[in-house]
Amino acid sequence: MRELLEVLEKNSRVPVSELAAMLQKSEYEVEKEIERLEKEKVILSYGALVNWERYGDDVVTAIIEINLTPQREVGFDAIAERLYRYDEVRTVYLMSGNFDLLVIIEGKSLKDISNFVSTRLSTIEGVTQTRSHFLLKAYKKDGVILDDDEQDRRLVVVP
Amino acid sequence: MSWSNKLSNSVQSIAPSGIRKFFDIAAKMKDVISLGVGEPDFVTPWTIRESCVYGLERGYTSYTANRGTLELRTEIANHFKKNYQVEYDPETEILVTVGVSEALDLALRAVLNPGDEVLIPEPCYVSYQACTTLAGGVPVSVPAKIENEFRITPEELEKFLTEKTKVLLIGYPNNPTGAIMEREDLLKIADFAEKNDLIVISDEIYGDLTYNGVHECFSALPNMRDRTILLNGFSKAYAMTGWRIGYALGNSDFIGAMTKIHQYSMLCAPITAQMAAVEALKNGEKYMKKMVAEYDRRRHLIYDGFKKLGLESFEPRGAFYIFPNISSTGLTSEEFAEKLIMAEHVALVPGTAFGKSGTGHVRCSYATSTEKISEALNRIEHFLKKLK
Repeated sequence: MRELLEVLEKNSRVPVSELAAMLQKSEYEVEKEIERLEKEKVILSYGALVNWERYGDDVVTAIIEINLTPQREVGFDAIAERLYRYDEVRTVYLMSGNFDLLVIIEGKSLKDISNFVSTRLSTIEGVTQTRSHFLLKAYKKDGVILDDDEQDRRLVVVP
Repeated sequence: MSWSNKLSNSVQSIAPSGIRKFFDIAAKMKDVISLGVGEPDFVTPWTIRESCVYGLERGYTSYTANRGTLELRTEIANHFKKNYQVEYDPETEILVTVGVSEALDLALRAVLNPGDEVLIPEPCYVSYQACTTLAGGVPVSVPAKIENEFRITPEELEKFLTEKTKVLLIGYPNNPTGAIMEREDLLKIADFAEKNDLIVISDEIYGDLTYNGVHECFSALPNMRDRTILLNGFSKAYAMTGWRIGYALGNSDFIGAMTKIHQYSMLCAPITAQMAAVEALKNGEKYMKKMVAEYDRRRHLIYDGFKKLGLESFEPRGAFYIFPNISSTGLTSEEFAEKLIMAEHVALVPGTAFGKSGTGHVRCSYATSTEKISEALNRIEHFLKKLK
């Protein structure tokens, strides 16, 4: 049921009864399918996409490029794991190109992040270089435009 | 002093649209959920919008050829060849118009002489009868039956056939009923048209919004290409209502005649919108398919909802409307629509706005979010409970 995932990916709060109607399955079938997808870790979590700035919080986000020396047998994976276990690290990708890992970190302040980079990230064995870029403004995140002023401009009744 | 007696007879004979009243009521309400909108809730896909902006930046602000840009006509021809295996010459058999509305008006004006009769299955889009009258023709309504899922049969058409019948005007997938015609249904209609030497005007603006199957293009049926004026456009499938781009396909005599009227009345469709339409055909299909998949889910949701509410409706197979029968409430279509909007702030359109055979029905559009559809269904449920 690929379609179920497509709907849930956009809005995980759609009630099972509505999912069932939309996808023409019984509620039982939908529940079972969701259970299975969760168990198989196809569905990993149900979060809300929060605009923290709108809420009033100051969040500093840094995108860090990291160069590594790969290790025998485990390649990049072991170092990646040492990184992604930190709560501050939101995202870790292995990349092609001029650097190896792309890491996204969130912190409360610039100092917070630079501390983390200098004391935690750079000191990991195998990390040869880091380049930090601080994020200035988010326009779109995970397919959602943050300040979208496009609205329903249709007339209320149209033949 | 009133000047109304100076107006033309044909204009005076046309009734104003039946939905105006609901528009006025709904426009004043703040929390209204509208199931009354006959256009997509999606905004035009960005790639299409962007191509228009790019065109403006490069200075594309002039007239185009009367028939539309050759690039757009060629894309349209390719589209029909690829999808329906029916071929049109972009030079002489395709006319780009300002929406299907203009194309319909041109088609009727091009072929009708005063007194010629046009068979129009009902319920149907609001302009079919009016445009026929304005073109000097006589609209002849042929009621379609809910038992038959609002399809029309040759037997039903036959009853209204006279020596003056010249045109059969059909629109499937249908606004307001959501009905479609299967290939077998259309083949019978094609036979009927051939036997009685009728011109068929087929408005297929909702063609891409066909669920559980593929749309059957009328002019692609055996021997129908030259007899048919096929109307289509970008408004519904590509969420481009405000761009006003439609087109007509037909033999060079029909299209030539329509082009004659078009060149004196409209001159050409807007150039930027034509450029956007080219982009829609070249790169818009995947966005269109996504929207269709979303409509399909909403269709299930709303059909399921009305079934649970106990309002008789058949499963719509095309467009984005459902046409439930509300006569079990004891109310007329207008009363139902008016009381519902007053009590629950849900707007819909009485079936009678689409002809007498819409009596007892209301049209609900599901071109709105699933959240709003669910909320509207809750409100209608509340409304029905209070009626009892």
